[in-house]
Amino acid sequence: MPPTTTPSTSVTYDPERPWTLHPQVSLRPESFGALAYHFGTRRLSFLKSRTLLTVVESLAAQPSGADACRAAGVTDDELASYELALGTLAESGMICERVA
Amino acid sequence: MSSVAPAGIRLVDRFERGLDAPICLTWELTYACNLACVHCLSSSGRRDPRELTTDECKALIDEFERMQIFYVNIGGGEPTIRADFWELVDYATAHHVGVKFSTNGSRITEEVATRLAASDYVDVQISLDGATAAVNDAVRGEGSYATAVTAMERLAAAGFTGFKLSVVVTRHNVAQLDDFKAIADHHGAQLRLTRLRPSGRGADVWDELHPTSAQQRQLYDWLVAHGEDVLTGDSFFHLAGYGDALPGLNLCGAGRVVCLVDPVGDVYACPFAIHDEFLAGNVRDAGFTSVWRESDLFTELRAPQSAGACASCGHFDACRGGCMAAKFFTGLPLDGPDPECVLGHGELSLGARGDVATPRPSPDHSARPRRVAVALTPARRPDRRCDESPLAGTGPR
Repeated sequence: MPPTTTPSTSVTYDPERPWTLHPQVSLRPESFGALAYHFGTRRLSFLKSRTLLTVVESLAAQPSGADACRAAGVTDDELASYELALGTLAESGMICERVA
Repeated sequence: MSSVAPAGIRLVDRFERGLDAPICLTWELTYACNLACVHCLSSSGRRDPRELTTDECKALIDEFERMQIFYVNIGGGEPTIRADFWELVDYATAHHVGVKFSTNGSRITEEVATRLAASDYVDVQISLDGATAAVNDAVRGEGSYATAVTAMERLAAAGFTGFKLSVVVTRHNVAQLDDFKAIADHHGAQLRLTRLRPSGRGADVWDELHPTSAQQRQLYDWLVAHGEDVLTGDSFFHLAGYGDALPGLNLCGAGRVVCLVDPVGDVYACPFAIHDEFLAGNVRDAGFTSVWRESDLFTELRAPQSAGACASCGHFDACRGGCMAAKFFTGLPLDGPDPECVLGHGELSLGARGDVATPRPSPDHSARPRRVAVALTPARRPDRRCDESPLAGTGPR
């Protein structure tokens, strides 16, 4: 199968925008967080905390990435590292902007 | 493969304790093969009459789906030889288990290539062990280079981009890395390099085919220069002692995050360890899940391991002592250096080991000529000493 989703390095994560898990991505919860596998790009990522898993799973139901973080209980001190993680996921196409 | 922050957990430490389901599962569908590669990891050739039936394979796929195993690496033998191969591929993808299958290319017709290019969730890996017919065919057999190249041309023509060109790095092809990359690029494929293991029939040729230490350095530098563009199946972590870790997981995942299911349903710690010593159980007995989660062998592998003779080495954290199977099949202790340790400790151990009998692969499905019970003529012997080389007589004439 030709990869149908090319990871674009031009995608930047804007915490004020609405986001969602890419439809071709599956998540598998693990004790350390989760595994994420993208069937389109065939890339595997490791989500290194359970809270990050909660954030990613709730993206689609939240008005913005920042809201998803707050709802999952990410503190102000932690926010920067979560935004970095979401940025990496956006770059690799694991999450994408939701069309409102 | 990438890991996403936050938290400073070392994933390596997590993974060494094992996961509820494998990250990477290799499933060999048959021991039958139309080739007889001299370094075959699974000593394939003849089909085993006890191989899993179509229904048993489907039940196993159901289990993979329940365990959320994202994809399986299907191999063999030559998996496409099984009459139900496409039926199983379709069944797996319909059950959310992606498939990447390894093939020598002999059954990639134009029709198959078109079908593969159009289908979701299936990836193909074409095996080639020389960037020229001379180098490849000496290892994989006469005509196998042409077969693999034809398969790649058909996949490219059908519009399948991003399939894998898979190369086992040997002493004879390590100088061809740029050529392999060019072949992959030309066909819109991605290059995948893996390590030659002394497993299966590989045990017989390892001494003469494994890269020299100078070549290992060259390989490491090449891998570092190409980064994530080139896949490695995380198989070169024993080279991490040279300096920076290579992309991917730098650990032995055997029984922790990887395993092998063989054609008769036996579950081994990894694809390079087909031996009773690394047999965890059989899927026919209590199912795959129970073998993965509860077998004595896997439980033991997930317990803290002793660094043994490597404990005082400053590079242990990088290379983790190397590959268990490579040590086992070269007769080295499992808690000592890898035979290809970049500091040369493995070579010293091999020298000190002397001529002990190394473990033989079990089982062996090689398609050797049958022996007759009462031979009227003595068994054929090599005419000359050099004919004992498995490569003798198969090279270019």
